[in-house]
Amino acid sequence: MASSTTTMLGRNFKHTLRNPVAVFNAILFPIVLLLMFVYVIGGAFDIPGKYIDYATPGMLILTICYGLSATALSVNSDMTKGIINRFKVMDISRSAVLSAHVAASLLRTVIALAAVTGVALAFGFRSPGSFTDWLGAIGLLVLVSFATTWITVALGLAAKTPESAGLVTVPLIMLPFLSSAIVPAETMAPGVRQFAQYQPFTPIIETLRGLLAGEPSGSKALVAAAWCVGIALVGYVWSLSTFKKRA
Amino acid sequence: MTSSAITASGLRKAYKDKVVLDGIDLDVPTGTIFSLLGPNGAGKTTTVNVLTTLMKADGGTIRVAGHDVATETKAVRAAIGVTGQFAAVDELLTGRENLQLIADLKRIRPAESKQIVADLLERFDLTESAEKLSSTYSGGMRRKLDLAMTLVGRPSIIFLDEPTTGLDPRSRRTMWEIIRQLVADGVTIFLTTQYLDEADRLADRIAVLDGGRIVAQGTPAELKRQIPGSHVRLRFASDLDLETAATILTGATRDAEDDLVLRAPSDGSAKSVRDLLTHLDNHNLDVEEFSVHTPDLDDVFLALTGKTSTTDTTDTTSTTDPKVSA
Repeated sequence: MASSTTTMLGRNFKHTLRNPVAVFNAILFPIVLLLMFVYVIGGAFDIPGKYIDYATPGMLILTICYGLSATALSVNSDMTKGIINRFKVMDISRSAVLSAHVAASLLRTVIALAAVTGVALAFGFRSPGSFTDWLGAIGLLVLVSFATTWITVALGLAAKTPESAGLVTVPLIMLPFLSSAIVPAETMAPGVRQFAQYQPFTPIIETLRGLLAGEPSGSKALVAAAWCVGIALVGYVWSLSTFKKRA
Repeated sequence: MTSSAITASGLRKAYKDKVVLDGIDLDVPTGTIFSLLGPNGAGKTTTVNVLTTLMKADGGTIRVAGHDVATETKAVRAAIGVTGQFAAVDELLTGRENLQLIADLKRIRPAESKQIVADLLERFDLTESAEKLSSTYSGGMRRKLDLAMTLVGRPSIIFLDEPTTGLDPRSRRTMWEIIRQLVADGVTIFLTTQYLDEADRLADRIAVLDGGRIVAQGTPAELKRQIPGSHVRLRFASDLDLETAATILTGATRDAEDDLVLRAPSDGSAKSVRDLLTHLDNHNLDVEEFSVHTPDLDDVFLALTGKTSTTDTTDTTSTTDPKVSA
């Protein structure tokens, strides 16, 4: 006798397996971007050290964000295609449906992150970080994925149509570009610079970069973790209340 | 059992300031088919949503399977099955997986559920397509799968919201057959429809919903009795013939739609029709065409709501799904 959450999880995993294009897409785009920035555009940037070492942490965060559009779409299609009403009258716990989406999304993200890391390593990315630094980096990536996924679930639930659900994650994909993911925030124009310095992705990326460079920073990590917990909490509460409202 | 499967009294529901259900009373005896009939926008789906715990009523008390919908939601949900207006199947799963998913969610033991799933596929003639993704199914097959999913776990009360809307005539007939079988097994069916013939054929009792109120309730026969009796329609070649006939036939009236047609009251029996025709013959009046008209639910609907039903019979046969199930 499986609990409803594991049953729903099985359903979402099957969806992922039957829609390999979504996973492939989530892996391919960040890799193309990584190679573009490292081999085409990055040469013009004045960044100390190897650029691929600077860019990889940013690309990993971008990988997380880019994969979220598939999550928003699948959450939304559940809501708009009527199957949700079947689940609702069957008295399955409200969080089971949503938790399953989050877990399946996390799995996709982890696969994509592993693939992007592999490609980065193949193209010369090196990390002097210790084993614990790496564990910290993986932990942070999972935490960021978890937080942004809950926000995405809320956005997917709130979207009226699948078309708009595909668009709601665009801001999440744009935010890393407006952070220190690709170039240091100090090099940006005034206004953008301030935004980049104070938005959540900058401390997150700086923490990740520090960990992978073997120079972890406790204070930054604290800010990054606080952002993640905050985003996850807002996403979770918002998701549940939207889910209750939509019949 | 003679108890009630569903009772509702003073059921009210409004969206903001728009009143959708304005004090509805229902009583559905166990093991019967109850049909809620009404045009689009009458409040049929809202009624189903409130009865099936998907929505909260603003007022009134509802008991389903002996439990209060507002306070014993879990018990109500355990007793009912719902098939909504849009097929609630998972398109990325196969037919078999869809059924298995519901069986797992209902916590039926795996050993048992395999058999239940296989039986349902067999019963709904879906065994051949069981391993295909349901997104490849035709409209009729999807509805069948949808209903099969509703039947997992043997609910005692089944709500069907417009189960045949958009189906081709053949699939409709199959659906009707399935519904009749369910009732034969002792299940209570609450059916909404905008098709009068559907309610007429299936339902033990019908309630006509219009503008959020029940305007009539009873057996199909009782409802038909509420409106003027049967008549004979006579078509004449000329206006002159018609006027002559109108003077010799007592109680005859001109048809509102066709000015060469006269409606003469008649009980429709062979004798009265023969007498009528002989009478006309004696006056050398030629009838071009004639038909006996007994009241159907369409007439009831017209008489009760002042509107014709949204769909007539020609419409129901023309709404053919391009992907007709084989």
